[in-house]
Order: sequence, then structure tokens, then C-alpha cells
Amino acid sequence: MQLETRFKWLPAPVLSLLLFIVWLLLNNSVSAGHIVLATILAIVIPMATNPFREKQPLIIKPGLALRHLMLVLFDIVTANVQVAILILGPNKKLTPGFVKVPLDLTHSTPITILASTVSLTPGTVSAEVYPCSETFIEGKTSEQRFLLIHVLDLKDEQALINTIKQRYEAPLKEIFQC
Amino acid sequence: MTEWIISILLLIGGSFVLVGSIGLVKMPDFFMRLHGPTKATTLGMASLLTGAMIFFSTTEAGLSVKEILISLFLLLTAPISAYMMIKSAIHHKLDSIERTKGKGNIEDDV
Repeated sequence: MQLETRFKWLPAPVLSLLLFIVWLLLNNSVSAGHIVLATILAIVIPMATNPFREKQPLIIKPGLALRHLMLVLFDIVTANVQVAILILGPNKKLTPGFVKVPLDLTHSTPITILASTVSLTPGTVSAEVYPCSETFIEGKTSEQRFLLIHVLDLKDEQALINTIKQRYEAPLKEIFQC
Repeated sequence: MTEWIISILLLIGGSFVLVGSIGLVKMPDFFMRLHGPTKATTLGMASLLTGAMIFFSTTEAGLSVKEILISLFLLLTAPISAYMMIKSAIHHKLDSIERTKGKGNIEDDV
């Protein structure tokens, strides 16, 4: 996992990119003036706020990150259809359940991303990260962390854990190299 | 032609949002209720906003892309708010229905 960027003037590349895009989208234009203003904001804001922010792990493989994003977007569409079918079907058929997924990820940022994707994908909502984050100190304890998820219709627990680990966690591990 | 596309998108979006709300009413316990609004709404809102994007791009001068921002913020905030709600539900030890599996996986928070 890499926390420091190569360039001092660009402490958070993703934040800069996001600020640039959001500024252009908010103004709904790509005129030269707005591009210059967006570039200035995208460089000055991360630099000014850098001392206050916690260091975030960098995306090491942007190509893979983009592919993972596409996969998640596609899964969101299928998730919507699946959950709609489950909701409209009879309640009695549903067997809800809590499942604990052991995590290989250690840093909070990748875990947050994983929890969010789990919430947006078929039939699962992430509920809690164990051990509780209030007592967890970053980088000091090497305890095994778990993600507690609530499943709307639990059929095969082990298969679900394997899918989450292979489909969503493995790419994140590679993207952040941790 | 564009009118047709816009109306179809609005209909799809509306029906997904409706299904999400039906889930909110119909499900037996809090944890299952949460599934409808977090997921069924994202695609519903996405198609509604795509419809709005096409409408404003064709009727007014120039492309309208502000709607992308709305869907971006929705995608960011929906899982977080669901997480906060389910976390507080666990903290308050809300009852889940009888046949819920793996209740033992919930640990007591300190």
C-alpha cells in the first residue's frame, strides 16, 4: 500500500480529478475559462486541506479500477432487477440472514469501498465492521477484521462469501496493492 | 422519437422507485425493509435522471450533464445512509423476524 504521491503539488490525485470534473459538471460547460478555474481549484484545494486529511491509499492500477467500476455498475443494474423480483414475490419464501465475511483488506478506505459496493449489489446490505472501528487503531493492531452483512434471501452462505471475496474484494486488493 | 425514449425511461424509473417503496411497506422487519430503498431506488433514479438529461439536452441549447452529478452523489450517499441506519438498528437491538439465520454473528458493541 502506498500513501505518498510522487509529486508534492498533487497530494491527492483522485480528489483533484473529482474536483475538476464536479466543477465542470456544476457549471455545465467546457469553456476555456472554466477549465482554467477548475484546474486551479483542483490543485489548490487538495494542497490547502492536505494537513487536515488522513493519508489515503493511492490507486496503483487505474485501468483495473475503471474495469471494476464498470463491473459494479453492471451488477447494480442486475441487483435492482433481482431485488425487485424478491420484493414483489411472497414474503414467506424469503429467508433473511446475517453473514460474517472475513476480510483480507486491512485499511479503512478499501473496506469502506467494499462495504458500499456490497450494499449496492444483489440482496446484501453491509451492517457492521468487526472489530468495532472505535476501538481499532489504524496500522497498529493486526486483528482479523470481519464485515457483517444482512442478506435478504440467504441460500448458500459459503457460496455468498466466496462470491464477495472473489468478485469484489480481490480486485480492490490489487487496485490498492495491499 | 425522443419523446418516446424519455417517456419509457420515466416509466421504468417510476416503476423501480415504486417497487422500492412497496418493499418498504411490505417487508416484515427493519433489516429487510432496508433492502428496497437502497437498491431498487438507485436504478430508478438513474433512469429518471437519464430521461431528464435527454429532455433538457434536446429542448434547450447545449448538452445538459448536471444530472450525472446527482446520480454520482446518490451512489455515494445511499450505501452510507443504509450503513448508518442498520448500525443504529443493531445498536438498539431491534428484533429481526424468527427465521433470520445467523443471528449469532452479531456481536455486542462496547
